[in-house]
Amino acid sequence: MTDDAFDIAVLGGGMLGSAIGWGCAAAGARVAVLDEGDVALRAARGNFGLVWSQGKGDGMPPYAAWTRRSLAAWPALAERVSGLAGRDVGYRPVGGLVFCLGEAELSERRQTVQRLHNQGQDGVQVLDRAQLQALMPHCPLGPEVTGASYQPADGHADPLTLLRGFKAGLLAAGAAMLNGASVTSIVRDDRGFVVTRSDGSQVRAGKIVIAGGLGTPALAAQVGLAVPVRPVRGQNIVTERLAPLLPLPASAIRQTTDGTIQIGVTSEDDGSDAPLTRSEDLAGMAARAVRVLPDLARARIIRTWGALRPMTPDGFPAYAQSDSHPGAFVAVCHSAVTLAAVHAGPLAQGILAGALPDSLAALHPRRLEGMTGHVPAH
Amino acid sequence: MFRRTEPTDCMIEWDGRALPACAGEPLAVALLAAGVTHFRETAVSGTARGPLCLMGACFDCLVQVEGEANVQACMVMVRPGLRAGPQHGVRGL
Amino acid sequence: MAAAVAARGQGLSVLLLDENPAPGGQVFRALDRRPPKDAQDRRGADLLAAFRASGAEAHQGAVLWAVEDGPRVFWSQNGAAQSASPGRLILAPGATERPLPIPGWTLPGVMSVGAAQIALKTAGLVPEGCVWIAGQGPLMWLYAAQALRQGGRIAGIIDLAPPDAEMRALRHPLGLLRGMDYLARGLAWKAAVKRAGVPVFAATDVAAEGEGRLDAVMFDGRHEAADLLLLHDGVVPNTQVTRAIIGCRHLWDQGQACWKPVLDAWGQTSIPGVLVAGDSGGIGGATAAALSGTLAALEAARQMGRLSAEQRDALATPARLSRARHLAVRPLLDALFPPRPMGAVADATILCRCEEVTAGRVREAVALGCLGANQLKAFTRAGMGACQGRVCGPAVQGAIAAARGVSGAEVEPFRTRFPTKPLTLGELAALAG
Repeated sequence: MTDDAFDIAVLGGGMLGSAIGWGCAAAGARVAVLDEGDVALRAARGNFGLVWSQGKGDGMPPYAAWTRRSLAAWPALAERVSGLAGRDVGYRPVGGLVFCLGEAELSERRQTVQRLHNQGQDGVQVLDRAQLQALMPHCPLGPEVTGASYQPADGHADPLTLLRGFKAGLLAAGAAMLNGASVTSIVRDDRGFVVTRSDGSQVRAGKIVIAGGLGTPALAAQVGLAVPVRPVRGQNIVTERLAPLLPLPASAIRQTTDGTIQIGVTSEDDGSDAPLTRSEDLAGMAARAVRVLPDLARARIIRTWGALRPMTPDGFPAYAQSDSHPGAFVAVCHSAVTLAAVHAGPLAQGILAGALPDSLAALHPRRLEGMTGHVPAH
Repeated sequence: MFRRTEPTDCMIEWDGRALPACAGEPLAVALLAAGVTHFRETAVSGTARGPLCLMGACFDCLVQVEGEANVQACMVMVRPGLRAGPQHGVRGL
Repeated sequence: MAAAVAARGQGLSVLLLDENPAPGGQVFRALDRRPPKDAQDRRGADLLAAFRASGAEAHQGAVLWAVEDGPRVFWSQNGAAQSASPGRLILAPGATERPLPIPGWTLPGVMSVGAAQIALKTAGLVPEGCVWIAGQGPLMWLYAAQALRQGGRIAGIIDLAPPDAEMRALRHPLGLLRGMDYLARGLAWKAAVKRAGVPVFAATDVAAEGEGRLDAVMFDGRHEAADLLLLHDGVVPNTQVTRAIIGCRHLWDQGQACWKPVLDAWGQTSIPGVLVAGDSGGIGGATAAALSGTLAALEAARQMGRLSAEQRDALATPARLSRARHLAVRPLLDALFPPRPMGAVADATILCRCEEVTAGRVREAVALGCLGANQLKAFTRAGMGACQGRVCGPAVQGAIAAARGVSGAEVEPFRTRFPTKPLTLGELAALAG
């Protein structure tokens, strides 16, 4: 079974692939988005939902700049995608916090913020306890809370509505959504790329974008790119719906537009790709959340999940066009909500034009050669 | 709707009114026996709901019991003087 | 209870965790507080007595919420979370009723037949006034007979079973033969309903009507006043806990349109240390459930070195034979009462009650590319509410399958996760450190 050639085939229908695919389709390209089945190893249902610049790109200024660029474009994205989803994407740029418990954490946070200032990230401030409480007057802080770092430009959104919006936009733009099979081979010939799938089907496209999340390394290898990615699990807790109490998100606690409180986020790099939750870890997360906001102790946990982040060795995204297979692009990151605006915008446009933006040169995966070791999620 | 075939032996309070009940029976059943079917309004749309399953699976029988919100009425057993009331939409903390 | 008794009989120490205030599950609910009303009750009373005498450590009001490697189990009791690390875990969470989504089924005054049975057993409530029953399956007739015998009054029964029952029954002659006692009981229940003068209507469609509360029931063009509508479309295994154990394999039962855990002849799951007994491993009814509890306990005893395989087999033979006999009628019952097709549910009818997601929204999500329940959950919030898919799971599964034009086996069910019952953040936090 061979389809007529598409302009772009996006291999991976998660948050990142859907954003890129929609960006291309909305610009008029013939797009196919290839995705696996219902229980594929997905990051794109585990997103925490932060639209976040604080601390991003610590030691990698081009990533910090790319993040800032995405935040600036987020309001326009939110409006368009809300229309496509038929539901408010829930983007609230109300500021973002990283809570500190005890003096040691606050002191360490001050040092981090200072370092970020030195790198040009001067939008982040450190708040003392009184200033912090003033931001959330109806949500009493626990006695050990000493303060927080605060980035007023940050915020959060509803990741599942965002994803649904991208899918709806893809449909509306006439893109082909080819679900239920995995990619078995990618071959380049003089007419472009032929992608063969596990159900025997073949998809032909002028260009391909590998956006396979945790499946990136195997797919990228087929087009001569080495992109090391491993699963880093983050466990999440979500509570019953509650009346509004937390007016702005923190890196590990936020109240969603549905009223549920979402709590994260561990960072487990044990090589396992089991999306599991462990009561011991969840208990630790719950304990910290209750130390920060004691009122949460009475909230009931309805659900937990273990999200698997596709993590490069240095924790920064990787973008590249293959030298050996021009027209084959790869993109992988673990902040696909924050970066959705630039993925749907300049990244998609670059792919359509055949060249990635110059500003992404530093994020080429060749920088990862020889790198090992775990970097905490940020 | 329902009729009791056993005598009641205590009183409970529902939404400010006194209702007869049997100690040890599920609160949800005591309410149904008294003709109460409106247990709550949903957090999603404010629609009236009552119990569906009475066995702890459906979570439609959520009420307030002794000041605690979103308690399954079918899993709380009546004790004399128990005070309960409807769960009006989303709970606060 | 049966598993506990058999395990104690082999000298194993037993911890029993039960959500309800007293043992008995749903079939023998509240038997500690009421006199036995029929033969089944009397068997339950005997089992309860044997359980009480067995020396098992029983925790009532104990809500299991996690099973982890080990096995290690976590539960809540009196607002405090606890854990234990037994040698073997036998899960017996029973069955839940299959949902019967009809227009208006979320109105106060619409409940399940099982719920009415619980009201009968826990507090002696009998139907009175304008009570209608709609659905199909043995439990519906059993309840009607029980309620009438205890002085209840039923305004009418709307039988939704497909009309060609006799033809389908004839295709299961073995089931007919070996399940004679089940069928005889079913006929007796129907006869009791007839004797009491309760009108029975064969119908294909039912709807509940009312503003804020049930007022009337509509079926096949008829309109009748109603203050209570009891629905039933069979029971399905409760797999909420087993599906949350990563790697615990399940298979699709086409006849019952439900998922059930993959089990060997003794109830061993694909997870070492975890066995399943009773209806949660596959619907078999109360007697078969108790027998499977005995079998699981004997196998657990063998696994723990208390019995050889030969000894286990010798002890198990009567239970195995009896259980096989009781299970023989099941294919016939499945054929007589095929689950109602979810493809026929109207777009405006709610499927997920907790998040108020209609069948139409589910179908839209399938059109957006959702192949299974988990993607669909992400797009619609169906299955994300308090019940975590316990009620809507089979309905959502069926609606996706119908919309995709595939068998239910090809539709991934809702993934479940621990905690499988809610506990507060504070309670979970107390486990840390």
